[in-house]
Amino acid sequence: MATTENHPALLHQFDDMEQQKEASTFGMWVFLLTELMMFGGAFAAYLIYRLKYYEAFVAGSSSINVTWGFANTLVLIGSSLTMALAVAAAQKGNRRLQQLFIVATMILGVAFLGVKAVEYHDKYVEHHIPGNIFGTFDPIHDYTGEGNIYKELLDRGQTPEAAGAIAQQTQIFFAFYFAMTGLHAVHMVIGLILMTWLLYGASKGKFGPSYFTPVELGGLYWHFVDIVWIFLFPLLYLINRTR
Amino acid sequence: MAGQVDALYLFLVLISTFFSLLIAILILYFAIKYRKSEGRQAQQIHGSTLLEIVWTVIPLGISMVIFVWGAALYFHLQRPPANALQVYGVAKQWMWKFEYSAGQREINSLHVPTGTPVRVTLISQDVIHSFFVPAFRIKTDVLPNRFMTTWFTATTPGTYHLFCSQYCGTKHSGMVGDVVVMTPKDYASWLESGKAEGSLASLGEKMFQQYGCTTCHRPDSGARGPNLEGVYGRPVRMQDNRVVIADDNYIRNHILNPGTEIVNGFQPIMPTFRGVINEEQMVQIIAYIKSLSEQTGQPLNNRSTPTDIRDTEVPNVQQQMQQDNQIQKSTGK
Amino acid sequence: MSTATQTVTQVMPEKHYLNDNYGIRSWLLTKDHKRIALLYLFSITFFFFIGGIFASLIRLHLLTPNGELFQADSYNKLFTLHGVNMIFFFLIPSVPAVLGNFILPIMVGAKDLAFPKINLLSWYIFIFGATFSLIAMVSGGVDTGWTFYTPLSSGYVHTNVVTMALGILFAGFSSIFTGLNFIVTVHRMRAPGLTWGRLPLMVWANYAASLIMILGTPVIAITLILLALERGFHIGVFDPKLGGDPVLFQHMFWFYSHPAVYIMILPGMGVISEIVTCFSRKRVFGYSFIAFSSIAIAVFGFVVWAHHMFVAGISVYSAMVFSLLSYAVAIPSAVKVFNWTATMYKGAVSFETPMLYAMGFIGLFTIGGLTGLFLAALGLDVHIHDTYFVVAHFHYVMVGGMVMAYLGGVHFWWPKMTGKLYPEAPAKLAAIVTFIGFNLTFFPQFILGYMGMPRRYAIYAPEFQVLNVLSTAGASILAVGFLLPALYLTWSLKFGQPAGDNPWEAKGLEWETSSPPPTHNFHRTPVVTAEPYNYGSEEEAVVVS
Repeated sequence: MATTENHPALLHQFDDMEQQKEASTFGMWVFLLTELMMFGGAFAAYLIYRLKYYEAFVAGSSSINVTWGFANTLVLIGSSLTMALAVAAAQKGNRRLQQLFIVATMILGVAFLGVKAVEYHDKYVEHHIPGNIFGTFDPIHDYTGEGNIYKELLDRGQTPEAAGAIAQQTQIFFAFYFAMTGLHAVHMVIGLILMTWLLYGASKGKFGPSYFTPVELGGLYWHFVDIVWIFLFPLLYLINRTR
Repeated sequence: MAGQVDALYLFLVLISTFFSLLIAILILYFAIKYRKSEGRQAQQIHGSTLLEIVWTVIPLGISMVIFVWGAALYFHLQRPPANALQVYGVAKQWMWKFEYSAGQREINSLHVPTGTPVRVTLISQDVIHSFFVPAFRIKTDVLPNRFMTTWFTATTPGTYHLFCSQYCGTKHSGMVGDVVVMTPKDYASWLESGKAEGSLASLGEKMFQQYGCTTCHRPDSGARGPNLEGVYGRPVRMQDNRVVIADDNYIRNHILNPGTEIVNGFQPIMPTFRGVINEEQMVQIIAYIKSLSEQTGQPLNNRSTPTDIRDTEVPNVQQQMQQDNQIQKSTGK
Repeated sequence: MSTATQTVTQVMPEKHYLNDNYGIRSWLLTKDHKRIALLYLFSITFFFFIGGIFASLIRLHLLTPNGELFQADSYNKLFTLHGVNMIFFFLIPSVPAVLGNFILPIMVGAKDLAFPKINLLSWYIFIFGATFSLIAMVSGGVDTGWTFYTPLSSGYVHTNVVTMALGILFAGFSSIFTGLNFIVTVHRMRAPGLTWGRLPLMVWANYAASLIMILGTPVIAITLILLALERGFHIGVFDPKLGGDPVLFQHMFWFYSHPAVYIMILPGMGVISEIVTCFSRKRVFGYSFIAFSSIAIAVFGFVVWAHHMFVAGISVYSAMVFSLLSYAVAIPSAVKVFNWTATMYKGAVSFETPMLYAMGFIGLFTIGGLTGLFLAALGLDVHIHDTYFVVAHFHYVMVGGMVMAYLGGVHFWWPKMTGKLYPEAPAKLAAIVTFIGFNLTFFPQFILGYMGMPRRYAIYAPEFQVLNVLSTAGASILAVGFLLPALYLTWSLKFGQPAGDNPWEAKGLEWETSSPPPTHNFHRTPVVTAEPYNYGSEEEAVVVS
């Protein structure tokens, strides 16, 4: 068994494995703090516009599919479970279980992205993608099929003028929906790349009781991305759903 | 007011000169007096908590004086006097348009009399600009989504620079003008000689009728919109029980985003005029609504009994929309 | 004329980090923090000269009030690109990525930073971002001003805003990784015996700057992402016609960009602490006050951003809060200036080039900082906001302060980094020329600003011409002052005298090892037993076991 001072995975700048583990773990936490600040900026802007255009945010939120959103939440929580199990397997040095759980995490991650793709497609079909192709607003004459927010607002008792204004303002909601879930999805993809790299290391038997830090830190990253979604889900999908 | 700004400036110049010279002289003095030479040993001094406290507290104290002085000036600048002469300004790439209540319009120049406070209310038609008159020591950014106000009282006749001071694109440095300050006598003659197409308020009244505002905003009890006589500058209660003052921004907001705030007792049925009314017309309409407050000395009464949409005579536009709605519902389209 | 006090002729060590390995791959794939520091040195020097060329063109153009040299559109690109290049591709990386990278691990007694590969990655990300910036420059430039205010930048200009925004975004990630590396290194890799209270002030300063780097930079990242989305897809987040708020951009932008100026100045202040103590042969006066002031500046720096927005439409009450806090953030900087001055008291002062730069820094930073008090005064800021007064203020702190500190640091550690001494006479001359040129360039701008000349003006009122001509004359002198070091420093690489381990007879771990240092910095891990800057004591700072 390699001692901590000449362990094959010991990097040259560190004195021993313990220092390497502490420094690497601290580094990952600092990195996650920077990610928190970045998403934080987006959440702050979201908050400002939600306060300004509350009705529009309610309308926009009720037009995205809460079933898919909830399913995705379960998928991600499940993937955090498999990730934690992967870390435990790495800690025990069980190569097979590590591979199993990392692959399971990846499958769930891909499932998440698949669902998001379906949701994005739905938004595309419903003309809810902000910008030049946003639901061209002739609220009376233009709409067919699902996702006619103007129509839904009328059904809920809004006057035509109010409904028109609110439907127009939902563009800002959708802008945040895409920007924030998009940024989150990018982080998921990076997470999947990370998982691939960990899978490679696990298959080579690199991780065991004396050294499993990369899996642990990969897990930290994965859990962070999961937690961001835990906040995104209610903020985007559950705005005043009791109405 | 410019004099007061200069006084603060002078104070700061004196403080800065004092401390800059103090540091510069000390450094040079120490550098020479304690320069390295044969046999010279530096004296290792850790520090002195007392000195640290002294040179923290004194700058802090001076800073607080400056802060209070500056804040007081700023506060003063935010409060135009009630009897100020009102001028509206619209900024666009890359020119200034000024409009007076009496109807005079100017491009890139602003004529004002001495001795009277002048309140300039500004808005941009495109990007953020900034209204800067160095001689008066005033400046305000000019935003595209709300009115900003500044004010001054000119004291000396003359022509003074007006600069745009928020970078706004290609001709930012060409977006300059003149503030022409005249004696009250000269100003009065200038006013008369100006080609007035009619006062701002009368132009606004035409807009008010042209866009169908009178359909709903009437003084009778069956009106579907609040009566606007006497509204300007007074508090209005909203549906959610907040009370807001009906100022320029309030009126502009209700014309462009009518659904965002509903006056208590009324339905959210006002259509938006975004894209229909430009900033110059906005200024005229606001001037008209303002004039409705100046005429009446009566207490505010803009409430009419809440009406149900189905009960009243609906004007054509709303009726058409309702009919279309019915068709949509029945055909499922 | 060498001012090194040893009488023994020095020789270069046989093996050191520069000749340990040869070939382009050994440089481009290096994990050695010292080599990475040099990679950064070359990169940012390149961008300094690019930004400098833009500055020269600006000053040339402003010789006449009618703008005869460039069209307004071109001029607008000049000041934008000058600002973007200087801030994001020179100033922000300068001391941390060059001097910090080189010296920080050695100062804490480590073999390298905590994450050498991330360090190299940060350089590559910097280059990647810099490439976007170069592409933006050569394919038509950007003309929004370095502040990118909306809705001008999001919907009204047709220049390469998104490309440049991406370049800045990547440069920001580079900055984040550098900061992350520093923080972990200082926390986890200090040599035995090196407590926080024994850290050199250069480490404290870079640590404080790193805190800002990791907390602030992500916010500019999301701001630029939203700006790019707005420009590309018109999502409406900053466009008033679609319900967005252009002033929100200003809040988000300045939330980072104000702390960013402290990212720029804090490491410079760290350099000054090191230089003043060495050339006064004295420990720093008020060590803990300087250390904690660095942290205080970092913390307070985050709560003053809206002092850039006093006339932008924020409420009177929030303006008052931000004004008050802006005075609070000025105090720790003042404390530092007094402490540095007091360090010279009863010292044994010599005037080598680094000390000249440091003395220049103290004077010019004081003026720059004091003029910040003018800008923080609400009623006065209304007049001087967006005028040349602001331009003069930030050039005093950024150039008179930061660049002088950077040059001082480069000269101070040049012998350590290269093993060679730079020639002292031309260096002293350059420092003096820079000082004179700088003041002549920027002092007139305070007056121009108070007289009312707005910023970013391609043409200006004729009464401003005399001061503009004076400023341009100063700029020509300043340019000479900046060119000289490029020349003689390069010259010294081949012809300079070997420096020896400690040409300045300074205290500090970096002076205990050879010049240049070996690849692994130390042959054995040092053990620290004494306070920093223990000049005049018999006890050595370090026991190299």
